[in-house]
Amino acid sequence: MNGLLIAPVLLPLLLGILSLLLWHHVRAQRVIAVAGTGLLTLLSLRLLIGIYRHGIQVVHLGNWEAPFGISLAADLLGAIMVVLASITGFAIALYSVGANERQRECFGYYPLVHILIMGVNGAFLTGDIFNLYVWFEVMLMSSFVLLALGGEKPQIEGGVKYMALNFFSSVIFLTAVGLLYGVMGTLNLADLAVKVRGTESTGMLVVIGCLFLASFGIKAAIFPLFFWLPASYHTPPPAVSGLFAGLLTKVGVYAMIRLFTLIFTPDLVHLHGLILGLAALTMVTGVLGAAAQFEFRRILSFHIVSQIGYMILGLGLFTPLALAGSIFYLMHHIIVKTNLFLIAGIVHYRFGTGELKSLGGLYKTAPWLSLLFLIPALSLAGIPPLSGFFAKLLLVMAAVDIHAWGMIATALGVSLLTLYSMTKIWNEAFWKDAPTPPPPARTDQSTILMMIPVILLATITVVIGFGAGPVFRLALAAANQLMNPSDYIHAVLGVSP
Amino acid sequence: MSTLILRTATRYVAPLMLLFSIYLLLVGHSYPGGGFVGGLAASSAFALYALAYDVDTARKLMHLSPVSLSAIGLLLSALSGLIGMVHGAPYLTGQWTSLDLPGFDPIKIGTPLLFDLGVYLVVLGVTMGILFALAEEEG
Repeated sequence: MNGLLIAPVLLPLLLGILSLLLWHHVRAQRVIAVAGTGLLTLLSLRLLIGIYRHGIQVVHLGNWEAPFGISLAADLLGAIMVVLASITGFAIALYSVGANERQRECFGYYPLVHILIMGVNGAFLTGDIFNLYVWFEVMLMSSFVLLALGGEKPQIEGGVKYMALNFFSSVIFLTAVGLLYGVMGTLNLADLAVKVRGTESTGMLVVIGCLFLASFGIKAAIFPLFFWLPASYHTPPPAVSGLFAGLLTKVGVYAMIRLFTLIFTPDLVHLHGLILGLAALTMVTGVLGAAAQFEFRRILSFHIVSQIGYMILGLGLFTPLALAGSIFYLMHHIIVKTNLFLIAGIVHYRFGTGELKSLGGLYKTAPWLSLLFLIPALSLAGIPPLSGFFAKLLLVMAAVDIHAWGMIATALGVSLLTLYSMTKIWNEAFWKDAPTPPPPARTDQSTILMMIPVILLATITVVIGFGAGPVFRLALAAANQLMNPSDYIHAVLGVSP
Repeated sequence: MSTLILRTATRYVAPLMLLFSIYLLLVGHSYPGGGFVGGLAASSAFALYALAYDVDTARKLMHLSPVSLSAIGLLLSALSGLIGMVHGAPYLTGQWTSLDLPGFDPIKIGTPLLFDLGVYLVVLGVTMGILFALAEEEG
């Protein structure tokens, strides 16, 4: 297990280095990207299976024992996230090869993608809060360059907003880490979880908790700090926005779930009610924002915001079932959202625009693509038997258990509006007659290769839907681990709290 | 800038700077120094060449492109951690061996030195990459 646990971080690093060494050989970089991320997916699946069978795994890097050294600790949630990140990486690698953007691929596109995946996986596996900050930075650095690579004017404009807000978030994050270290004298997550139980300065903990909430709130794009996301996600090439849409905000959600189940638990700081309120506002503002948009990827960007609300709704409710719902939602969302962005990209490549007004009749010209769009779109809206239905069902059931009727009404209402948005895209882009003159179909670009990852992700959506039972059991097991942090603490520190 | 005095001086000073950078790299584990500072010292030697002569001369002197240099450095650092894993220890665990030369005290050699060498090359590569890009934009 020792080697398997470090692999999700080390393998992307080695892939990135190899791609750097082969700077001028784009074809070799493509082969490395596809084969490497494929291998990464297999390894992370093995890691997940191993953790499911044998419990939480820990590696103390450099053989320095926790809490003095830096540990990597993988529980089920971490391993699930690593698997999702690897699958997304694999899909993006395939799609990038198909998209054939030569001028970007020559300027370090693949090394950056690998390093981004390394940063994301590192954030999912680290057991040290300062290390979490470092992985965030690794991820952000490469995302800045990926966002601006190509240097088109809207890209730079979106990039500046993205960078400014995320830097601000990093400053808050670092301040919070500093304060936490000042109060507790440790940075190891498990050690922190032990020490906060015995502290007297709970007032300070609330302040620190709020700072973390603000910082992760910006990164996860929750209300009222979400506006950078719809301003930037539609600007880079489709493969990059697919990667960002699938992974980046979810790292923020993951960090929030990790800290607010392990350290800032409801019995210590009373922030979960606030999280619940923010979740509701995030869901509503996101979906209303989407209703006002008429550009394919902008609509999808606003829906990311709205969906993030569902994920932290489970955290706010704070029951095992609710957390399982959040985790299920994460699994469903990463796959579906990446897929929708990739489909929007194919439409963009083939018809040269993402404006719904100037699209139309895709149902006739691209019937298979239309079918493939319907799967993630209906899943996003929560139509059974697709994955989104079960994710929402779990959250609603969890809310019924604790009689949070207002949250149920919000969740269901937002779900209905999501369906409206997806119907809007369907009607405008696929169903209505093609506008006159019809958008010129570009034939210089083959989109066949780009369909492979779309089909792959759509299949996973269907599989999660039909295999909801086993997936739910996995999510519930992960949630139970989060609700009982003593296992995590024991695995890292080797002593029972 | 490129006067005869500077050019002549560079030919004597730059090798000394490189030598000093390697000294910094080697003592870094126990004394002030290390891969990062060593890399900076080495890059100032090449930067001096670029100032006294021109960027092309400095590029030729380095033999490898800054990108490859940083990539090789990263590879060395990443691999230095793997050596411990071969012995069943966690990633990045230091492995030490002793080099006995007749007439000298035994010299301790370990994976941290390899890691530092990687850092040295990355710093050299990245600094030179930035400097060359700036200098070429100006000229």
